[in-house]
Amino acid sequence: MYEVIAFYIFAISTMVLFTITVMSKNVLYAMTALAAGMVMISGFFFLLGADFLGVVQLIVYVGAVMALYAFSMMFFDATKDIKEKHQNPSLAFVLGGLMALVFVIMFSAPIIGENIQALYPVGLAEGLGAFGNAQDVGLVLFTKYLVPFEVAAVMLLVAMIAGIILAGKKMDYSLTECEASDKELEDEILKGGAK
Amino acid sequence: MESLVYVALFAPFVGSLFAGLFFARSPKTHLVGIVASGLLALSFIASLMLAIHVAEFGAVHVTLMDWINAGDLSIPFGFLVDEVSVTMMVVVTLVSTVVHIYSIGYMDHDKGYNRFFSYLSAFVFSMLILVMSDNFAGLFIGWEGVGVCSWLLIGFWYHKADRPFEENPSISPSWAANEAFIMNRVADLGMLVGIFLIYWNIGSLQYDVVFEALPNLKDGILVAIAIALFIGAMGKSAQFPLHTWLTDAMEGPTPVSALIHAATMVTAGVFLVIRANPLFSLDAVAGVSFFIASLGAFVAFYAASMALSARDIKRIVALSTLSQLGYMFAAAGLGAYWIALFHLAAHAFFKALLFLGAGNVMHAMDDELDIFKMGGMKKVMRGSYIYMGIASVALAGLPFFAGFYSKDAIIETAFNDGSFIIWGILVITAGMTAFYSFRQVFFTFHGDERYKALGFHPHDMYKYVLVAMAPLAALAISFGWFMEDFREFITRNLPDYEMSHHTHHWAWLLGLLVIILAVTGIVIAYKKYAGTGKEAWKRDEVFEQSFIYRLVANQYYVPKFYDEFIVKPYTIASEKFWAIDKAVVDGSVDLIAKAFYKSGDVSRGMQNGNLSSYLNWMGAGALLLVVAAAISAFIG
Amino acid sequence: MEIGIGHYLILSGLLFSIGFVGVLRRKNLLMLFFATEVMLNAVNVAFAAIGNYYGDLSGQMFAFFVIAVAASEVAVGLGLLIVLYKKYGSLDLDVIATMKG
Repeated sequence: MYEVIAFYIFAISTMVLFTITVMSKNVLYAMTALAAGMVMISGFFFLLGADFLGVVQLIVYVGAVMALYAFSMMFFDATKDIKEKHQNPSLAFVLGGLMALVFVIMFSAPIIGENIQALYPVGLAEGLGAFGNAQDVGLVLFTKYLVPFEVAAVMLLVAMIAGIILAGKKMDYSLTECEASDKELEDEILKGGAK
Repeated sequence: MESLVYVALFAPFVGSLFAGLFFARSPKTHLVGIVASGLLALSFIASLMLAIHVAEFGAVHVTLMDWINAGDLSIPFGFLVDEVSVTMMVVVTLVSTVVHIYSIGYMDHDKGYNRFFSYLSAFVFSMLILVMSDNFAGLFIGWEGVGVCSWLLIGFWYHKADRPFEENPSISPSWAANEAFIMNRVADLGMLVGIFLIYWNIGSLQYDVVFEALPNLKDGILVAIAIALFIGAMGKSAQFPLHTWLTDAMEGPTPVSALIHAATMVTAGVFLVIRANPLFSLDAVAGVSFFIASLGAFVAFYAASMALSARDIKRIVALSTLSQLGYMFAAAGLGAYWIALFHLAAHAFFKALLFLGAGNVMHAMDDELDIFKMGGMKKVMRGSYIYMGIASVALAGLPFFAGFYSKDAIIETAFNDGSFIIWGILVITAGMTAFYSFRQVFFTFHGDERYKALGFHPHDMYKYVLVAMAPLAALAISFGWFMEDFREFITRNLPDYEMSHHTHHWAWLLGLLVIILAVTGIVIAYKKYAGTGKEAWKRDEVFEQSFIYRLVANQYYVPKFYDEFIVKPYTIASEKFWAIDKAVVDGSVDLIAKAFYKSGDVSRGMQNGNLSSYLNWMGAGALLLVVAAAISAFIG
Repeated sequence: MEIGIGHYLILSGLLFSIGFVGVLRRKNLLMLFFATEVMLNAVNVAFAAIGNYYGDLSGQMFAFFVIAVAASEVAVGLGLLIVLYKKYGSLDLDVIATMKG
């Protein structure tokens, strides 16, 4: 019973928080709502027995990603309200509403659930689950999903380097646009860097 | 002997290429004319040697190479030089040689001198292919080749502007060229059908195979083949009702008229009938043959009647050509193929002479064609006068001249055949022929010097041109003397035509009748047109307004009829179809193009450079994909 | 009343639609990033729910990788945002309309 109550509490709170994220004019409000929504999302993961995923959600998303957003906010003027011009204000809602309608119809129809089949089930059938979720995830991640895991690691490294380079020094100088024409500027910058 | 055949055939081709490839863009040079004429003369000599060879040893049959080998169809480039084709070759190359030399003088002042010789030699080459081929396909190639060359040559002065129909019946050279070509195309369709029928029923196009297989065919097929081939012959030989192009073709330069429209191309139809004599002499196609004879007689009279009133010097000669072609068809239709061929050869000589003489007069008169504006020119143009006189005498059929023997033989044939109506028409036409040809001579060379008032200063042609014409004059006089030799030579290949004793008995009387009529015609012409001074000829205004005169002068309104009932409806229909074409075909093509333009114009609005609107479009697309996924999930 | 997979999937669809509306509606690049995060999270919920339904850990694995991708996306994307902001002084898409040909 408490599962049902928890689901509905989480569901309603995530939807409200994410709606605030999408609709808010203030970046700070939106970001706060997003962070809170993500915490609520991790609640679903705990409900679904994916404890490790819930923890990762909290650490990576709420901790790391949101912290990154918060830091980047220092570059932008976060106190000012965002002004946006909307040519077709209703278009987004119509399209989004239709999208939601289609999803609801699709997922509430019983056919879908029956047609889905796990092709290569990994989990309880192989005797997992005996050690708790974190151990199971570790086993699967370092056996079956080892290569994707490594690739993801490399990708994160690349993203880190890219982030550093993009947000690093000499950001007022465009590498692509002023290559030939702004030779002098380049020299100047290089000199400045040397000082 | 094989090499002689190739020399005879390809010398004109070499001449044509020489003129066309090396001198097409260079200024006029006599080298071209001399080389082309020399090669033609070479071809003539080769033909003559072949003729002697054929007379002694029989036909020469050579195969140059395989041409078409597809399934059962096997057509080689084969050439057959037998009595018939060698006769044609000698006639064609002789006349062509003279015409080539003549053209050196005649086209002297023309800008298109080199081009002219290229076309002229190409024409001779095509004609030689036509007569020498040993199968119907090769004949057809030559047939079309002469058609194209005649188109090029009639329209040689294509830059001349159109004049209204009332002023000049053959509106302009390019118009006349198109008319000739289109009319020949109409007839060529018949020819093609005939060739297809032959191949369909016999499986070969080789003359010897075809003629051997003919008697085994059904009567209906034979008649169909004969009719189809004769339709082709009608077009090329300008028989009624496809005759109007010949007189209009006089728009071309005079050497062309002499070569194509007198001596060679127009006789191709007669040649076809003679060549296909095994077909036309079958009993099954007797009706067709008689029709050919009747049509020939009709055309002989019809054309002669038009010539009576014509005022254009070249038109008179053209109409007389038409008339003489009628004679040839009459003889061929009655089965006297060798007489038809004999008349063909004789006619080629004197008619070419007549045309070249007329060309001399035109040249002297600055291209003036109206004989009413000439007169008394014998003093200034003695050479041409003598030549024209000889040719006219030969044409009129006075004794001891070429025309006398051949024409008399045709008339005798008609009498012998018992076709007295044809005979009567031909006899009357003979009188008319004498009248109109001497009317022309007297108008031009006798009487008052009307040209002086008009400010012309005629002078005779160059000496070498007149000398070059001499062989034709000699043959126009003497060719008839060799009739028996020719008969002996040619009947080895063609069926002989023997006059009955009854006809033999009356032959002298028939000949006398024709001579009397001819002389009467000449005398009338002399009385009416040759006088000078006050009693000289005056135009009879009343007569010129009469119905018959106007009927004849307007060529029996046949061109008018064609114009009103074929050309104009066709033009109207073409305009209608053009409109439909524009609306439907062009319209649909334009519509596709416009649709792309329109869609581009509309969808260009999407590319406004704003990422947000791109995202909106992407969102719409994603929604569509999700909807599609949902639908496929529900269906699947 | 039992909470089944249908509940989770519908919730996931609704959250995704909310993110979708955000992507269509917002013109500020930072807010667009937020909306994208919302959509990614919605999908993660669906993955976890389906994995749970079948007793299959692959769903969670996919969710992990999505989180990894999202993290790197944020790292690169924020770097780009900073460059753009320095260049144009704004993150509004109507201002940064440079893609017009």
